[in-house]
Parts: sequence; structure tokens; C-alpha cells
Amino acid sequence: MSDTRQRSASRFQAVPEPAGPRLAGARVPPGRASDSVLRAFARHRAGLVGAGLIAALALFCFLGPLLYHTDQVHANIQLTNLPPGPGRPLGTDANGYDILGRMMVAGQITLEIGLAVAILATAIGVAWGAVSGYAGGLADAIMMRVVDIGLAIPAIFLLIYLASVLRPTVPLLIAVLTLLSWFGAARLIRGETLTLRTREFIEAVRAMGGRGPRLVLRHLLPNTAGTIAVSATFQVADAIILLATLSFLGFGLPPPAATWGGMLAQGITYLLDGYWWEVYPAGFAIMLTVIAFNLIGDALASSLDARLRA
Amino acid sequence: MTGYLVRRAAQAVVVVLGVTAVTFGLQQLIPGSLARAILGPRASPAEIAAFNQANGLGRPPVEQYLAFLGRLARGDLGYSYRLNQSVDSLVLHQLPNDVVVVGTALVLALAIAIPLGIAQAVRRNRAVDHAATAATFALYSMPSYWLAILLIAGLSITAHALPAEAPQAATIGGLLADPVALILPVLTLTLVNVALFSRYMRSAAISTLAEDYIRVARAKGMPARRVLTRHVVRNSLISVTTLIGLSLPVILTSGLVIEYVFNVPGIGLTYYTAAVNADYPVELGIAVLVGLVTVAGNLLADLAYVILDPRIRYE
Repeated sequence: MSDTRQRSASRFQAVPEPAGPRLAGARVPPGRASDSVLRAFARHRAGLVGAGLIAALALFCFLGPLLYHTDQVHANIQLTNLPPGPGRPLGTDANGYDILGRMMVAGQITLEIGLAVAILATAIGVAWGAVSGYAGGLADAIMMRVVDIGLAIPAIFLLIYLASVLRPTVPLLIAVLTLLSWFGAARLIRGETLTLRTREFIEAVRAMGGRGPRLVLRHLLPNTAGTIAVSATFQVADAIILLATLSFLGFGLPPPAATWGGMLAQGITYLLDGYWWEVYPAGFAIMLTVIAFNLIGDALASSLDARLRA
Repeated sequence: MTGYLVRRAAQAVVVVLGVTAVTFGLQQLIPGSLARAILGPRASPAEIAAFNQANGLGRPPVEQYLAFLGRLARGDLGYSYRLNQSVDSLVLHQLPNDVVVVGTALVLALAIAIPLGIAQAVRRNRAVDHAATAATFALYSMPSYWLAILLIAGLSITAHALPAEAPQAATIGGLLADPVALILPVLTLTLVNVALFSRYMRSAAISTLAEDYIRVARAKGMPARRVLTRHVVRNSLISVTTLIGLSLPVILTSGLVIEYVFNVPGIGLTYYTAAVNADYPVELGIAVLVGLVTVAGNLLADLAYVILDPRIRYE
């Protein structure tokens, strides 16, 4: 991520500004701004590594079970804690589940919940932040205090409490994680909206009578697209860590659901016995997935930065 | 500036009210009723009625919330019927343990992250910087318990160098009597915090190094080392204060997880145990306390920022 690379990335840039003043309703040539970001992104080796990791992981989790059949529902006490061997490349766990197969099933849940939470939380955060920044005044003050309140109690404390009151299911977890994850995005987009509001092209739109939802949707939000993409990517990583932490502490999805955090929690009981296959696959899976999304987010952020700075 | 301070403090009061309202709302989610949850399934209707009467649970929600606020204002965080102990005494008993473990880790992390970030900024884009960036990036992407497990596997199980469990003493004296057992939890928390701070410190130092006053200091012949200590470190410290304030939720979260992994007798572990035992008053008491600490931390960070940086003028 050297400076020279960033400068050369901007050479491919088609549009010099995020968006110049333009007529309300006039269409931007589709995708040009985002094209240049994608090209800059493609020059970030780290970002490509991240994207490659995610692609490999998705294949492993969703295609893997079709080629490698295992029973992840019925415990089998004759197969407990077996080391890796023929027919079971990563051994079995304390319930007799095949670990390689369980990694795939757990990965599916992780990716599904992580992506769903990131998309929903970003959508809510963007809407909240844009409205708050655009409205200003009392509405802005009230909406931002709601965000402050949401950020005050760390999510894991609330999640643990909720898990002790309610019984977690996948939809419920997505809903609760979303409800606790959108505050950061809201604060970020509100900040962007505040700076964009004073720009000439927004004034021009106003002068032509553009206001309200149309101004926000057609003119403000498209100009925050990059920030939204970066924030959503980091959001996936955060949601996956939060989910894994909850499962690790034993407040995640109840059995027989498979989760990496749950596998890790069960595995560490046997760390002293040397059952390494029950610990490392799940731990490295969590870490690599989070690293991959963080790499993509970092690369997106600096490509965007390069585009804006040129 | 006074106007800004007053406005900022008023915001904090609103947020505190919000946090207490959320906690009060969460209390209403308890399955069945609070009385049922506390007195157990064999309590008779008369006992339930008596409990509701004694705790004012039959009154309108607004009145109950105000009573809840009143108790909080008097420093009453609730009462654990399961432990037959007030949440206050539980928390006060364990606070010193948390201060020692989490506090030491925080101080150590700053002592590592600040010089590291500045060294990286000075040697920007060289091999050392790339190596340090990669290391902190990996640490940053690791859940704290995973780092803990790796350290236990390496230093405790393979090398037999350090115990894998914190000292199992209830008091701070007992905890400090066995400092070797505190090394792993403190080390894990320190590394987690270093990852959090050094990335930020590096970019803060890079932008400070690009400032005109640094160029002036160099132009007038100030030795490079003195430029760093007099100008770069001091100015970067200002942004670190804000960072600590804003990072409080993350620090408290990793504190909870690390206390769970190493069995450190602290507030985080108490919260975990309370959740396992469905001891709702303890959970809610600690949750509201954590929320208040975060709000106070953010407020202090903002105030410190204004005081430390005379260039900032608020109207």
C-alpha cells in the first residue's frame, strides 16, 4: 500500500470528483466512479488476497458438504475424539461429529449471519445517518443521542443478557445483532452527509428546488457509496467476531447447530489432552475469515482514498 | 468554551437517562415475571403478590422507572436474591481485581503502542513498518479468546513457562500474592489493546509529522530525537486520550472474555456467571454500570481533548 501504488491507481480514474454539479434527474454514466474504485482495488494485492480467501471459504462451506457427506446432527459416542485418519481428515470431536464436515456447516451459518447482519445494519445505519445529517437541528440531536445510547453499553453484555432471557435462533440472532450493530454506520454516514450538505452541487440541487427524500436518495447517498461499502465490509468482520464470541461463551445457537465459536469452546476442554484437531481448525477459520474481510475493507478504503485525493 | 462544556455535559445526561431506560426496558423481557424469576417456580401466588407489593412492581411503568432511577442515583445497583448480596457489594469487592488486570494491561499497551506507532510513522513504508503493520493487523483480526488459547497452548502447555489460570483468590491481596499467574491474562489483554491503539497511533503520528511546525522545528536545527519527543509524541498523545475514551466498550468486552478464559475473579466473570445462572438483577446492575462508565469515559475524553489542545475553540 505504498504511495506510488496509490498514485498510479488514480491514473485510471475516469471521474475527477465524486460527483460534480449536475442537473437533478440527469443520469450519471453508469458505474464509472465505482469502476475506478474497483480498478484501484484490483491493484491492492492484500485486497485481492482477502477476496480470494472469501471465495475459497464460500466454496468450502457451501460446495464442500455436497462432495463430503457427514452427519452433523446425530452424536455418535463410538467415534468421540478420534485423531485425524483415513476417512476423517480432521478427526472427530467429543460428540463424534466429523470436524471437517462440521467446519463447513458452521461456516455456512457464520457467513450467512455475518453478511445478513452487515447488509441490514448498514441499511439501517445509512438511512438513520442520512436523515439525521440532512434534517439537522433538533431531529439530528435526538437521533444522534439514540446512537450514543446504543454505543454506550457494549454489545456483548446486551447479547449475553438477551441470550439468558430468550432462546437464540438464526433469525433472532440476525435481528438482535443487527439492532446492536447499526450505530457506528449511522454516525459515519451522518458525518459524511454533513460535509456533503455544504458542497456546491447540493446547493445547486436545492436552488433548482430539489429537496427531501429525492435529494437524499439521488444526490447525497450516491456520493457516500464508497464509505458505505467500506463500512459494510468491516461490519461483516465485526458481526462474525461478535457471533463467534457469543458462541464461544456458550450463549450462541443451541446444539446441534454447529458454530466455529462453539467448536472452539468445546475443543479447549481437550487442549491439555493434546487434541489439537478440535481447537486449531475452528480458531484459524474464525481468524482467517475476519482477516479476509478486514483486508478487503482496508483495500476498499485506500482505493477510495486514492480516488478522492487525486 | 463554557457553552460547549455545558452542551456536552447535557448530552451525557440525556445518554445516561437513555441507558437507564434501555436497562429498565430489558428488565421487562424477563420470562414470566421478575417475581417468578427470583422466587422460583414453587412460590405461591400470595408470595408473588407480596414480592410485587414490596418492590413496587404493581405500579405503572413510569413510576417504576422513576423509582429505579432514584435507586441508581443513590448508588443502588440492585440486589441478587440468588447470592443474597447487593450488586454494589459484589462490584465493589471485585473492582480492585479489574483495576489491576485491565488497568495494567491498558498502561502496558500504551507504553508499547505509542512508541511503536511513532517508530512506524518515522520508518513509514519500510520493511520494519510493513512487518509491524502485518503483525498488528493479524492481532486486530483475532478474537481475544483465540489469542488467549494460542498463548496458553504455546507458553503454558508446550513450554510449561506460565500457569494457564489466574490466581483463584477472592481478594486483591490474594491475586497479587501470585503475580506469575497474572502474566498470561495481562499479556493477552495488552496485545489486544496494542493492536487497537498502534494502528491509530501510526496514522496520527504520520499526520503530525506532515505538519508545518515539525518542519519548522527541523529547520531551526532541533535534533531529530527532540523533534519526536517534544512535538510528535506530545501532540499524538492528545488523540490517544480520545481513543482511550472511545475504546472503552472494546476494552470492557475483551476484559469480560479474558476473565472468562483465565477464570479471573472480576466483574466480567461475575456477569458471565450471573447470565449462566439467570441472575437477572446482577446482569442488569452490571450492564447499567458498564454503560455509565462508557458514557463517563467518552465525556472525560472530550473534556480532556479541549483542555489539552489549546488550538481547539468551541463556540
